[in-house]
Amino acid sequence: MTLQPPKHFRIGKTQLTLLEELTNANGVSGNEKEVRELVRKQVAPHADEINVDAMGNMLVIKHAKKNNPLKLMMAAHMDEVGLMIVDEDSDGLYSFVVVGGIDERQLLSKTVNVGDDKIPGIIGSKPIHLAESDELHSIIPVQSMRIDIGPANKSKVKVGDYAAFATKFMHSGDSLFAKALDDRLGVAALIEILKIVPDHIEFLAAFTVQEEIGLRGARVAAYGFNPDLAIVIDSTPAFDLPRPDENENTQYNCRLDAGPAIYLSDAGTLSDPRLIRFLEKIAKENKIPYQFRQPGGGGTDAGAIHKTRSGIPSVSVSVPGRYAHTPIMLARVKDWENTIILLQKALETISPATLSAERA
Amino acid sequence: MTEFVPFLLSLLSKPGLSGNEEPISALIAEKWRPLVDELSTSRLGSLHGLRRADAKDKRPSLMIATHMDAIGLMVKKIEHGLLLITHVGGIDPRILPGQLVTVHGKREIPGIVQLVPNRLLDDKFVGKSAEFKNLFIDTGLKESELLKQVQVGDLVSFAQTPFEMSGGYVAGHSLDNRASVTALTVCLEEIKNYNLNWNLIAVATVQEELTMAGAITSAFDLRPDLAITVDVTFAKGPGANDYRSFPLGKGPSIGLGANIHPALVKKFTTMADELDMPYSIETMPLSSGTDSMAIQISAEGIPNEVISVPIRYMHTSVEMVAMTDILRTGRLLARFITELNTESLNFLHEEKNS
Repeated sequence: MTLQPPKHFRIGKTQLTLLEELTNANGVSGNEKEVRELVRKQVAPHADEINVDAMGNMLVIKHAKKNNPLKLMMAAHMDEVGLMIVDEDSDGLYSFVVVGGIDERQLLSKTVNVGDDKIPGIIGSKPIHLAESDELHSIIPVQSMRIDIGPANKSKVKVGDYAAFATKFMHSGDSLFAKALDDRLGVAALIEILKIVPDHIEFLAAFTVQEEIGLRGARVAAYGFNPDLAIVIDSTPAFDLPRPDENENTQYNCRLDAGPAIYLSDAGTLSDPRLIRFLEKIAKENKIPYQFRQPGGGGTDAGAIHKTRSGIPSVSVSVPGRYAHTPIMLARVKDWENTIILLQKALETISPATLSAERA
Repeated sequence: MTEFVPFLLSLLSKPGLSGNEEPISALIAEKWRPLVDELSTSRLGSLHGLRRADAKDKRPSLMIATHMDAIGLMVKKIEHGLLLITHVGGIDPRILPGQLVTVHGKREIPGIVQLVPNRLLDDKFVGKSAEFKNLFIDTGLKESELLKQVQVGDLVSFAQTPFEMSGGYVAGHSLDNRASVTALTVCLEEIKNYNLNWNLIAVATVQEELTMAGAITSAFDLRPDLAITVDVTFAKGPGANDYRSFPLGKGPSIGLGANIHPALVKKFTTMADELDMPYSIETMPLSSGTDSMAIQISAEGIPNEVISVPIRYMHTSVEMVAMTDILRTGRLLARFITELNTESLNFLHEEKNS
């Protein structure tokens, strides 16, 4: 009996192992090299050209095998929110600041890895016994916190070192627990998509830097690639939780288990309506679950890309994830898988005609 | 020095929340079995390891108590597929957002403690510090599956993996009081080849963090002539710098105060001086905050002392200890035991009368 190949792509051990490597690696904005080297290893067998640009973006090209191809850029950011050591106290204690948007309420009593050698550190919290009762209702500012690497290790860390949460990847049932799923889910998806690209597409994959601190990498990557259109793969927060006041949650942004979230508009981008319609059509035709991310704030690399040169039609697709920008996020294997399937299917039929349609 | 690190790390990898100490008790029993003559469990679950005196006549007995229970969380309500929680022992809720935990349901389930996102809150609740009433655990399980696996009252422990920091430090949850359990184990190892003049009962007590029920009942049951409580104290570091804290890696603290017999303070400081061992005096003017409070007033009253291992970040998901302090504590206890003789009870009375 011969086994039939699966109709769609499926997440398997290979993809989960890669996601584990990617999320356990550190890549705080401005210091993405560990992630970049993992990506390089993965894309090398599938790429025609690999370049690292002036900012550290990894720009990967897979040439079309037909004439007059569609120049399609697909981007996922390699960086994650984290910390930077800014001052040395005595006794192996260091002051730090946050890099990217981290709520300081998430930091107390967490472990981090500092610097290239990943020196383990503790963001220690005062013993409750020593706290006055009114203190317990105040928020500890980052300036009052310290990273403790142990009194014997002080020479191993220096001012300017980056620190990332020490959370280790876990896969349990259909759930993924890890730090930096924003946006290693996108990075891993882009690696997967790069493996099979239809011949009519000049595929321009940008693994970008510094998204979390202002979409800086994407801007120059888009300039360098000069594509016909761009699709950004990111992870967007699922606020699909009950409201404490029991009122309906109308601000969920997107939901777990509802498939890839297609962006309509966010704080930085109005997605190209032709690309929105196209992705919706592909999802419907292929019976791929999808959702529209609620219009609102936030943003992706598309915010920088669509305004580059004379304008690049862009859209973002995100894997929903809970608890972004905290030490540990939660996402679903199925949502990640369906994001990859949607984009693979989209590549099969996208063409210059997609963009020659009426805008709206 | 490093030979006790794996044992400590194994202790820090187990739950054993107050009232549910079996997992940790089993691990300690396995380690103590070759080091004692008799191992038993009290009616409330405290572990008693007896080393008999090498004498035919009746000999006095010394109890050394270290609590083995740990702080943690408990499921209080299951609502909309999320777990609402309360605390077992004293926990500052502000350490909990973003914390990975293990829910001990029908099986062990990973969970994330989190706050309600600001955007789902009325303006007046936005950006407030974490309190138990606004924290929840997300296991990622669908509500129907969650209800099959978890019920109200299930325990939740910190999932922080313990780790060694170079230079002789260990970090993890439950160093309070597994650091002291390790120190007592060091002591048992130290004395294993010595003949004892007194009976020694090493006790790993239950429920210290909530009721001290283990210490109360074991002290009554064993009726020792003397007792020592080994616990942890505050090491100097972020958030702990006043007189209640002691330098990390500079030896144990020797308790002094109303719970403590003054002759034992003198005895322990003298021994430490003789051993050239660094130590601190820990003033405990009212209460020691340890099992000694219960032991002191058991039965007819039991003279006792508190020896403490300094740790940073006590009662958080990631505490920190210097291995040297654990080893010194163990050696100091061993010295005390091996110096006990048939006259030893006399010094208590001399001191009281002086």
